[in-house]
This record gives sequence, structure tokens and C-alpha cells, in this order.
Amino acid sequence: MSKALEIPTMDMENKEVLRRIEISGDMLLNMGPQHPSTHGVINFLVQTDGEVMKRAIPEVGYLHRSLEKIGERCTYNGYMPYTDRVDYIAAMFANQGWAMAVERLLGMQLPRRAEYCRIVACELNRISSHLISVGTMAMDVGAVTPFPYALREREFINDLLEELCGARLTYNYLRIGGVAFDLPTGYEEKVSTFLDHFEKILDEFNRLITYNEIFVKRLANLAPISKEMAIDYCLVGPNLRASGVDFDVRKALPYSVYPEFHFDVPLGKGEVGTQGDAWDRFWCRVEEMRQSCRILRQALAQMPKEREIMGKVPRKIKIPEGTEAYSRIESARGDMQYYVVAGAGENAHRVKIRTGSFTAMGIIDTLSRGLMIADLVALIASLDVVAPEIDR
Amino acid sequence: MRLEEIQPRLAAKFGERVGALAPANKDAFVPIQAADIVEVCKFAKEDPDLAFDCLMNLSSVDWPKKNQIEVVYHLWSYAKRHALILKVVLDRAQPRIASVESVWKSADWLEREQFDLMGIQFEGHPDLRRIMLPDDWVGNPLRKDYAEQPQWHNITTTRDNSLEGYVRLDELKKKAAEAAAASKKEMPS
Repeated sequence: MSKALEIPTMDMENKEVLRRIEISGDMLLNMGPQHPSTHGVINFLVQTDGEVMKRAIPEVGYLHRSLEKIGERCTYNGYMPYTDRVDYIAAMFANQGWAMAVERLLGMQLPRRAEYCRIVACELNRISSHLISVGTMAMDVGAVTPFPYALREREFINDLLEELCGARLTYNYLRIGGVAFDLPTGYEEKVSTFLDHFEKILDEFNRLITYNEIFVKRLANLAPISKEMAIDYCLVGPNLRASGVDFDVRKALPYSVYPEFHFDVPLGKGEVGTQGDAWDRFWCRVEEMRQSCRILRQALAQMPKEREIMGKVPRKIKIPEGTEAYSRIESARGDMQYYVVAGAGENAHRVKIRTGSFTAMGIIDTLSRGLMIADLVALIASLDVVAPEIDR
Repeated sequence: MRLEEIQPRLAAKFGERVGALAPANKDAFVPIQAADIVEVCKFAKEDPDLAFDCLMNLSSVDWPKKNQIEVVYHLWSYAKRHALILKVVLDRAQPRIASVESVWKSADWLEREQFDLMGIQFEGHPDLRRIMLPDDWVGNPLRKDYAEQPQWHNITTTRDNSLEGYVRLDELKKKAAEAAAASKKEMPS
């Protein structure tokens, strides 16, 4: 006789959250953790009265990999591959945040070509991340066709990034003090060929889905977030800009070589409904892809000729204990911030990663009150939450 | 407003209770007392010249040698485009501080995260429970002296090192080589 397998169970009765809410007579649904439209492993405890939700309580933490603790145990250089896993859809930005924080600790300057390489990689990554976001959002509200179209374009970018750094998802391309590889020969032409193709696709994408009447009717006026509320809940990135707050870290607190480029910051205007509704958030991402194309074209044209891609970094990075640095970058999901306190040896004493998805999740409880269950899916998709970025 | 102008403004209101600007690090910060946190934050938000309308980041640092836990508040003003870092030092054995959830809503989740991972009690928080880890988890992982529990609901939290097999192979090879060398010595030349 073999011993019966003991299946570990979570004691639902004793769940802390259930002790705190009043359910009397309502239905309590678990949406997730394995739900196709929650964009990763997130659980929503949905308290509903028929189709209308009273509230949806997000339960996160299923993907917690204690990256902040790992950061305290790795050397500064050794932590770089881990930062990829902070946000695997836009890994380049997590790399850049970490690299910039440590470079601030060291107080160093980068060769200009390295900065340009970073920007080319990051802006390509921004497009690919937004493609996933808009594609899955369309799919979540029921339009399946745009999703493969978006992923098809993303494949081109994956190929480009693979040529640059050898990886398609977790790039580990940036180094403290520069980048790992220079652009391959003929890379500029390849990227500009892609951009020529992609800018046409964006218009097509707009015709196909963004201004599609069914899509507009589905998303207009859905879960609008006012300016004040967005700031109070600390929404960042496209979510904030859709509410009409003109703030982009690349413009407001310029880092790297962003001041050398001309680009606009698309703001939600409430073109089809209320300002800051789900459609505005969608539209902001589509327009940001266009702006990324503009930045990429300028970056390729102005690319410095001297092929120096690494600054002078000590072989063993040692920083006086207790020195702190804070870096802010505009990731695909908004203002990503690294707070790093240096430790005594070769590693950090504390790493805190503040990501856009984490605070975006905090607003869902408030926004979900009075929404339909089907709209919750659209709301999650429109906030562009990525589960590993919430949990880290 | 520059940080050198923000600190005197806080000091004018709160006097001695607000510390001097500490520019020792890459980012200068303002140390304040734990008891004043809500008052200072409210003032920083409501004062028209400061107008810190957003709590960007809330983190904490464990210093076992000094027996302290530092709570770090990164404030940001979208209206004025300036930043401020507030630091509060707490006792490591009993870290307690008032919640600023009533000032900024974003503090809700940020404080829950620090409660979960660092074990800081935020008094007056409406829903203070673990966020990343299960409710019945023991310990706060970001503490420097944290030791992981070996098991959680029959799930082990440790894993064999996959390199151990190679180490064993290496040892076998070493032993074989030693045995060969020994037998060579014994053989008469």
C-alpha cells in the first residue's frame, strides 16, 4: 500500500482577508490565481451581487521570488540577471534602473555610445512590451484577432534584440558602466527597416482596433481615474498620463541622453469618453509606441561613431557602507525606482524596487466597486499589470 | 523648490523636531521623529509651496548593528516637480510608527509590504495584513537575522544543490587517482 499523497491546502476558512470583510448574502468568487485574463498568477476575491461586483480584493504574492533579499546577497554585477526577472516583459528597463542606481553610487559617467545602445535597446523593448499590453487587452475584452497581429510585430523586435544580446526575453544586456555588446554590423539598417514597416502597421492597428466602434463602445467611460485619484494612488507611466497628468521621467527628470531627442508625451484627453478611462489608457500606449519609433530614428541617426561601450568600472565594486542612491527611470509600466543602500562588502545592504504594477494593483479594490465582472478583466488589462512586477 | 529651501520650511513649522539636512549620501534626506510622521506628512502635502501630492516610495532598512530600523519615505510633488526624502529611525525590537494612509492612499499597499517583509507595525492602517507571503508565514524575510522555516504546509523550503552530484563525482575521481598513486608506490621499480 502506498501512502496517500498529502496535498497541501491553504486554509480558506482562516484566511485573514475573509475575517475582515462582511459577506452576508453575497457571492464570493475566487477569480484566479490560474485565470487566463489576470495576466499572470494573481487572485481576485470577488464579492458580487449577481453580475455587479461589490468589490474585488486583489491577493498578490504568488510570484514572490524575494528579489530584494537576493539583491542583498549578490555582488552588484551578479544581481544584473536577477533584475531581468523583475519584469520579464520589459526586462531592459529593470536592467537600466539597477545599472543607473549603482552608477550613481560609484559616481561615474558612461561613454556616449553605451548610452545610445541602451536607449536603442530600451525603446525597442518599450514597443514590444506595449504590443503585448495592447494585444492582450484587446483579447481580454473579446477581440482575438489583434493579438496575433501584435505578437507578430513583437517577434520582429525579439529577433532584433536576440541579435543584439542573444536573448529573447530576459536580456541581461546592460552592464554596470555600459552595455555588454556593441551594435552588430548593419544593425542600424535592420532597425530602420523594421521601423518603416512598423509605423505603417501602427496606423493599420489603429484602424483595426483602436477606433473600432465595438471596441470604443466597450471601453469608453469604463473605470475612469481622475487626475487627483491617479496621483493619490501613485499611478505611474501610461496609466497616469491617460488621466491627463503631463509627467514623463524622460522629460521631467531627464536621464541618460534623452534630452537630445525630440518626442511628445501623449496624454489622455477623453477623446471618446471620460478622461482617464480604459480606452485612454489603451490609446496612450499605442501613441507611445509611435513616439518610441521617433526616438529610435533619432538615436540611430545620432549614434556616436567611437566604439567605446564600457566605462571604467573597478573589477571589484566596493562602496562605503551606508551610501545610498536612488534611480528613477521611465519603464514601459511607468516610473521604476531603485533605492539602493550600499553594504560593507561587495554587495548591497538593501535593495528596494518600486514598480508601476504594484501601485496600480492597489487601486483596483477601489475602482472595482460597482463594476461588472466582465469589466474587471478590462480594468486589469487596461492598467497593464504584470504579475512578476507586482510581487518581485 | 530645491531641497535646501524645503528643509527650512519644515523646520520653521516644526522647529527642533525636524533634523538638519543630511547630505552625506548621494541623495540628501531630512531626519524626523517617529511621533511626528503624520503631522509632517500632512503639512508637506497641504502646504501650497511644498505640495507633496504623492508618496512615491516607502522602504525600510534594517541595521542590526545599530539596533535600528530606518523607514524611508520618498515624497514627490507633481505640482511643483520636487522631491523630498524623510527618514525615521525606529527601535529594532519593536518597530512601530503611525500609518500615513490617511495622507496618501498609495501608502496602503506600500506599508503592507513593509509590514510583511520587515515586520514594522503601522498603527492606524485600515487593513494591515501580509501581502507577499501567506498569512501563516513565520518571520520577516528582509530582516538581516531572518531564518527561513524549513517547511510550510508540508512544502519544503529548501532544495538540494544540483551541483552536489558533480562534487560527489569529483571526490570519486580523486579517490581513484589516490588509490592508483598508492598502488604505483607499492610496486617495486
